[in-house]
Amino acid sequence: MRHLISPLDFSVEELDKLINLAYDIKDNPAKYAHTCDGRILATCFYEPSTRTRLSFESAMLRLGGKTLGFASADSSSAAKGESVSDTISVISGYADICAMRHPKEGAPLVASIHSTIPVINAGDGGHQHPTQTLTDLLTIHSLNGEIKNLTIGLCGDLKFGRTVHSLITALVRYENIKFILISPEELKVPSYIRQLLIDKNIPFEEVVTLDDSMSKLDILYMTRVQRERFFNEEDYLRMKDFYILDKAKMALAKENMLVLHPLPRVNEISVEVDNDPRAAYFKQAKFGVYIRMALILTLLEIEV
Amino acid sequence: MLNISGIHEGFVLDHIKAGDSLRIYHDLKLDELDCTVAIIKNAKSNKMGKKDIIKVECPIEALDLDILGFIDHNITVNVIKDDAIVAKHRLTLPEKIVNVIKCKNPRCITSIEQELDQIFLLTDPEKEVYRCKYCEEKYTGR
Repeated sequence: MRHLISPLDFSVEELDKLINLAYDIKDNPAKYAHTCDGRILATCFYEPSTRTRLSFESAMLRLGGKTLGFASADSSSAAKGESVSDTISVISGYADICAMRHPKEGAPLVASIHSTIPVINAGDGGHQHPTQTLTDLLTIHSLNGEIKNLTIGLCGDLKFGRTVHSLITALVRYENIKFILISPEELKVPSYIRQLLIDKNIPFEEVVTLDDSMSKLDILYMTRVQRERFFNEEDYLRMKDFYILDKAKMALAKENMLVLHPLPRVNEISVEVDNDPRAAYFKQAKFGVYIRMALILTLLEIEV
Repeated sequence: MLNISGIHEGFVLDHIKAGDSLRIYHDLKLDELDCTVAIIKNAKSNKMGKKDIIKVECPIEALDLDILGFIDHNITVNVIKDDAIVAKHRLTLPEKIVNVIKCKNPRCITSIEQELDQIFLLTDPEKEVYRCKYCEEKYTGR
């Protein structure tokens, strides 16, 4: 039995297979419509979510399966003080696979240790978000044709932005990837991510201003400042509008640059950018369902 | 001169930095062992000036000394059997440390689930970096 807790749980070859499976699902939905008949996905979301939870549920329903779960810690036994390990032990008897989001970092890993069904990390605190990374990889592959020879700018809250941590962790294994990490001093990537880049000899620079880097980028990955991770509202207010991508900044970028964003956005991408052909974030959200369908099939070991 | 008799079977932990012996006593969970333990503080040392020494009379399989490598490489571990030193252990950094140090990340699952083992993994032997198994936060000292 396998879980997806970290992006490194899948090799590059396995990720390629997953991406190809997602393409096949997108092109031939009828072929997969009953592959999960009789199977149940539990969505255990201890933290609010729109896209991730609904895309998991949509993915399972489109495969013919059913879903159950909860959408906040208040509506689960966590409110009564139940541990993650006890919760997953019980849910293992109710469902065939579980997607878990938790505000505390490492909670899905704890669940996977005690689970008898596959556990998917659907986001743990400011740590990792591997299924967003699968979505991002599919988006890059689909819109760019390949995942190599790219200069990728990651901009915004790189400290608490779990999608950034997972994406970097996954991308260091691909050929000729360079990173430009654009953030305020206080929101730089955590040390374990910097150590990973150094250990793998990946070229990267850490800068504060976005404008100077725009012309170098093949992909600009914008992120929201994570209000819920700040312990101090004043710090959040000071940081929240640090970067705003607008038409003027887009004019500095390459003609074929892609703008990605895991969404939800707040102010960091002006709505005037939405109509720019390089804005790919809504397409990106659509890809999330196909790759999660591929992931569910793979973890349940269902061959079609 | 203080005299503490030799031991028949057990360990002598020598060259402990002066003042560290009580911490090591707790880290090795010697307080949980039903055996004779002698802690010698501020013993004279030609090499170190002052040092601490711990003598433990116990079956030699009763103690897990891996953690000592994490605390201080320079401690000498003498293994005693039948009143004689039968081995001197060289200390190395353990790959994994369980329930000795605690993760300080307030966002880590261990901050709310107290019964979880506190597990740290050696991620960079050269720089002696340990990270929490759950949240990957770097251990930065007690």
